[in-house]
Amino acid sequence: MTRELLSGNQAVGEAVRLARVEVIAAYPITPQTTIVEHLAEAIAKGRMDCDYITVESEHSAMAACIGASLGGARTFTATSSHGLALMHEMLHWASGQRTPIVMANVNRALGPPWNIWVDHSDSMAQRDTGWIQIYAETNQEVLDTVIQAYKVAEDKRVMLPAMVMEDAFVLSHTYMPVDMPEQSVIDKFLPPYTPMQKVHPETMELYGSFSPPDGPYMELRRDMENAMNASLPVFKEVEADYAKLTGRPALGLMEEYRTDGADVVMVAMGSMAATARDSVDELRKEGKKVGLVRLRVFRPFPHDYVRSIGERFDTVGILNRAYSFGSGGPVSTEMCSSLLTLPDPPKVASFIAGLGGRDLRPADVSKLYGKLIDGKFNQEEWIGLKEGVV
Amino acid sequence: MSKMTVPEIELLDGGHVACQGCGAALSMRLFLKGAGPDTALVIPACCWAVIASSMPNTCLRVPTVLSAFEAAAAVASGLKAGLRRKGAGDVTVAAFAGDGGTADIGIQALSGAAERSEDIIYVCYDNEAYMNTGIQRSGATPPGTWTTTTPRGLDKKTPKKDMPAIMVAHRIPYVATLNPSFAEDFVAKVKKAVSIHGGTRYLHILADCPTGWKHDPSQMVEVGRLATWSRAWPLYEVENGKYRITWEPSKVVPVTDYMKVQGRFSGLTPENIDGIQKSVDERWLKLKALASAT
Repeated sequence: MTRELLSGNQAVGEAVRLARVEVIAAYPITPQTTIVEHLAEAIAKGRMDCDYITVESEHSAMAACIGASLGGARTFTATSSHGLALMHEMLHWASGQRTPIVMANVNRALGPPWNIWVDHSDSMAQRDTGWIQIYAETNQEVLDTVIQAYKVAEDKRVMLPAMVMEDAFVLSHTYMPVDMPEQSVIDKFLPPYTPMQKVHPETMELYGSFSPPDGPYMELRRDMENAMNASLPVFKEVEADYAKLTGRPALGLMEEYRTDGADVVMVAMGSMAATARDSVDELRKEGKKVGLVRLRVFRPFPHDYVRSIGERFDTVGILNRAYSFGSGGPVSTEMCSSLLTLPDPPKVASFIAGLGGRDLRPADVSKLYGKLIDGKFNQEEWIGLKEGVV
Repeated sequence: MSKMTVPEIELLDGGHVACQGCGAALSMRLFLKGAGPDTALVIPACCWAVIASSMPNTCLRVPTVLSAFEAAAAVASGLKAGLRRKGAGDVTVAAFAGDGGTADIGIQALSGAAERSEDIIYVCYDNEAYMNTGIQRSGATPPGTWTTTTPRGLDKKTPKKDMPAIMVAHRIPYVATLNPSFAEDFVAKVKKAVSIHGGTRYLHILADCPTGWKHDPSQMVEVGRLATWSRAWPLYEVENGKYRITWEPSKVVPVTDYMKVQGRFSGLTPENIDGIQKSVDERWLKLKALASAT
């Protein structure tokens, strides 16, 4: 194992190289572009043996990945924001045709107005497409998760595509020390992909034909949900396996930070969790009993784990870096659907923060913890709004 | 050319669900005769997404991937790469799309694949409208054609998009027009497309749709003949930029002979048809000039 200084995007690229991906479909979009640049360079320099398809759009990137995956190859693409939105239709085809594609999505706001900064609206809008979604907090986690995602996605109990999220600029373009596992270790962890589908003249099989209402459509959808559910224990197995081989800690579906004896907890995803960690450290110094719960896996949603949070803490704050217009923060609505099944659900505060890259500092999060401690908060609060702008 | 040039092999089984007299069904049958069993198909949304029959059945004796409307050329690009990685690079990968999926919604992915010189065959079976959704105009619909979105009073006035010319402009190794009423010419072009490697090959078939063209299904082969006899659908190929007319009618019939047997053209006035005859004649002269100049 070597330690290198990598940006989040370089960490993705190195993970894809270590995973011995065979076909990449690449299309540029800020702030993802340096991922596909990194991979092009790796192939050009002979560090990686891989077909590289320079498609003309993200829609075609996903379409090409589906074709390559059905052809039997391990595939990868990366995108962000509008690129992910353009892929939307093909995301359904990828999961419906059970192609275990792994994609990195650099979380970025959708326009208008044009905005290239961090925001989770892009991937939240794809939560119903049948993709596994994992959100990273550090560049180390980005690298580890991309490699692990292949093993989860390609597991025969799962066979679903997986999306690994990293926050725009905060991770994608920020350099952090990353422990790089040896290729031999990853080869042991992740054997070559053996597809279940076979598009070959030997088989004459047909993938994706139509199903009338009394055909297998509904059963296939149920099978996808069964596979999603199966991916939770598979994810745990894969993490444990990876931990054993690399010595990296298994982070779990949700990661808790200083929740022991906490009266209130904040739930955060991605790099906002790192900000909240600093707040927790500061507040703990002051004797405040606060903790952090970081939600890593959003699809499948860890309902059981969320319920255990609700059973253990009286007040739960939720940071949302996205918004569903006419409804609320998507992390909050998902969590509430779990928490409301409890006989004695906790008090929940939904915070909308950091949209379009709006800065959220540890001091801001500390104020939110203060609201939770005091029990004085509205059901939903938008944080850091400026007056008189609109 | 002898009819014996059409292979006996049948890779389209019975049990398909095409309408009677479907030009797309005959086109698939002939295409697979030419392409042979070592072929994998990619079919986007189009009539053929239904014709192949419902899950888990198929009438195609070659492996097939169905996909989204605009995605055929990109899925085919990926499939070829995947098969190549897995040691099956000798399998011919062919996208088989309708005119809407080619000239309209799929043109971006097709243009991208052709520019990248993907080692695939792209087949457009052109029935000159969105037939699977019930006869709506596409970019490949000729002017004056009745469709449900160009009813009388809301006529299409713009010319049919010239897809073969667009594909020639991509400087791909092979572009050809085909007509299933000319089976020998059809199969010869498919075989040539299969034999050429290292670039995208584009085959554009005029595929009769009796339902949308409004004529009796029994007339399908005859209507197809009239299309080429009248030069409304000239048969030519462009190999590495060199044009060649592959079949010339010994006796040319007026374009009205082709049009009058189809209900979709029934709203046209004699003046309209004169105009269409003029544009057909001009295009033929242009084609002849290209064939002698290249």
